[in-house]
Amino acid sequence: MASLFPHRHLLGIEGLSPQDIAYLLDSAEVAVDVSRQVEKKKATLRGRTQINLFFEASTRTQSSFELAGKRLGADVMNMSVAASSVKKGETLIDTAMTLNAMRPDILVVRHHAAGAVALLAQKVECAVINAGDGSHEHPTQALLDALTIRRHKGRLGGLVVAICGDIAHSRVARSNILLLTAMGAQVRVAAPSTLLPAGVERLGVSVFTSMRRALAEADVVMMLRLQRERMSAAYVPSVREYFRIWGLDAEKLSVAKPDAIVMHPGPMNRGVEIDPLIADGVQSVIREQVEMGVAVRMAVLEALGAHLPKVVGLVA
Amino acid sequence: MIPPIFFANARVVDPSRGLDARGALLVEDGRIVAAGPEAANQGVPEGAEIVDCLGATVLPGLVDMRVFVGEPGGEHRETLETASRAAAAGGVTTIVTMPDTNPVIDDPALVDFVLRRARDTAIVRVHPMAAMTRGLAGDELAEFGLLKEAGAIAFTEGRRSLKSARVMRNALTYARDFDALIVHHAEDADLACGGVMNEGETATRLGLPGIPREAETVVLDRDLRLARLTGGRYHAAQISCAAAVSALRRAKLKGNGVTAAAAIAHLSLNENDIGAYRTFFKMSPPLRSEEERCAVVEALADGTIDVVCSAHDPQDVEGKRQPFAEAADGAIGLETMLSVGLRLFHSGAVPLIRLVEAMSTAPARLLGLEAGTLATGAPADLVLVDLNRPWIVREEDLHSRSKNTAFEGARLTGKVLRTLVGGRTVYREH
Repeated sequence: MASLFPHRHLLGIEGLSPQDIAYLLDSAEVAVDVSRQVEKKKATLRGRTQINLFFEASTRTQSSFELAGKRLGADVMNMSVAASSVKKGETLIDTAMTLNAMRPDILVVRHHAAGAVALLAQKVECAVINAGDGSHEHPTQALLDALTIRRHKGRLGGLVVAICGDIAHSRVARSNILLLTAMGAQVRVAAPSTLLPAGVERLGVSVFTSMRRALAEADVVMMLRLQRERMSAAYVPSVREYFRIWGLDAEKLSVAKPDAIVMHPGPMNRGVEIDPLIADGVQSVIREQVEMGVAVRMAVLEALGAHLPKVVGLVA
Repeated sequence: MIPPIFFANARVVDPSRGLDARGALLVEDGRIVAAGPEAANQGVPEGAEIVDCLGATVLPGLVDMRVFVGEPGGEHRETLETASRAAAAGGVTTIVTMPDTNPVIDDPALVDFVLRRARDTAIVRVHPMAAMTRGLAGDELAEFGLLKEAGAIAFTEGRRSLKSARVMRNALTYARDFDALIVHHAEDADLACGGVMNEGETATRLGLPGIPREAETVVLDRDLRLARLTGGRYHAAQISCAAAVSALRRAKLKGNGVTAAAAIAHLSLNENDIGAYRTFFKMSPPLRSEEERCAVVEALADGTIDVVCSAHDPQDVEGKRQPFAEAADGAIGLETMLSVGLRLFHSGAVPLIRLVEAMSTAPARLLGLEAGTLATGAPADLVLVDLNRPWIVREEDLHSRSKNTAFEGARLTGKVLRTLVGGRTVYREH
């Protein structure tokens, strides 16, 4: 089947058309079914090599990509670079060239610097998937969030989605804003002013500094993780104040639509950005997001795999 | 039940209504029933105490935005009780306390402590400011939300000045979400380092290291730009020089919501008053030259400077009986602020109504307090003053626990006769 996905890499949601997004979500639906069978393995990527190159530790994203690759039949190798060559002074480009020489077919890359994955993609010959670059983008997270929402609400267009918390430092927020606005959802962001990046209102979202107003009549409430470093860097004073004002609890959630779903990209800080009762409550779809993560990554790997050279034997 | 009080034959000055006229004032149930030329029209209720003011002036009680108290941790210098007595004697009905105590007021429980102690011991109203950063260390923000909920009226680093522009930006930004006011003593600690008085000829003659005016303006300029960037509410705690006044004037023209205060000392004294190394005249910012003082007075008259505060800072004998360079900064001022301020009225530099506005109406408005007005229904926080009565400041007459006044022996014109808080008389001249 000729690919309906015209891109060689997935570096971000930016650059994807609504058709591209819909295509990935549709094929992810199929992957969900595959993952729910006893026999979970397909042969789509048999013989292909997938390297997960993580410059920043991430258990859940890395294992999700690993599982997705394996279910498609690829040989998957994990490299945690944080602990190896970078420490020895090797530059990002050197690492890329070294890996390129090993002839992988797909590179999944996470890096702490915005733009690093795109830079790396210019230097290698294989397909590259951005698994998170700094505070820039995390496209597969946005896709898995969209898939989760769509499965619950039947659509994305017209929904009111409130993204709450550390918008300034969140790649999840950026990718979600891009994806959801592209698909016609009404996106609201809510955060203390110190955690709102300059000019965020120009991204097509409405900006709130009150949870109550941001959550009013929302269909989806998406909470973001608050890093402890934000306290020492004087963005917010304390966990207890943050939870009181910004933490999602039953009272704040009560102004959203009664059937609103609650999401979190994980890992959660219970009692910081979210009340444990809500995180584990009936409106929470947080664990389902994890399942959708594997499906979406399978869909992305398949879509990019379709562009890989098909000639059996020697490749250039 | 306190009987109603009727003040007859008074000059009533109420900047909140632009009123300065002969008239009367009636207080009942702790609130003002009427004040002004027509106040006597409805007659005087039965059983009322009638005060013949003999032409003396009734003002809304003063609101002092900068009061250092030793409680908790330095009760030998000043308690909330002694500070409140000094305030009442000076016509000050609301004091705003600074968080530089031991411990620092940076936790909701401590705000609660100050409010409870004030409720139990103070005879005027007390509103604590809380620390802007944890422990006044300048690194991490204090809990503006929880502190405000506990009763903190504004946020400040007190005597200190915030070094980090980044933290100031975040504080102003974060404060915006709570409509909280940031009050800041603008002084670059590095530039002022080692200095003990205003830099210039006088310092040179005295052989004392100086503090340049730029120590103030460098930080004020930074803060004004950050206030504009963030849209946060910024109040300069104490302005002492002409260059700072110009910076403020420019910022206000641009429509920044910034405000500023000058301490009474910087409006009434200059560096020459230090004379023979008199440590009661050592303060931060330092007393400046006469030209600078005049510029600050002019800025008060034209409204560039919104507020006058006492910067009441009680210091014990230990701290002040030292060589000038080693002595503690600060002077008390609650009891003398109004009388000293009246010098500016008597000299014609500042109209009475403007002076009262800066000492009462403006700070009340800035802090969102129901004070600074004699409007019908307002709490009866007021002061009766004989504008022309001369008196001499004597250490032994002062109510403050510390006696470090810069006005010992000064001859002042204008004396508080009686002070009311919520209709209760808290000070009466004998």
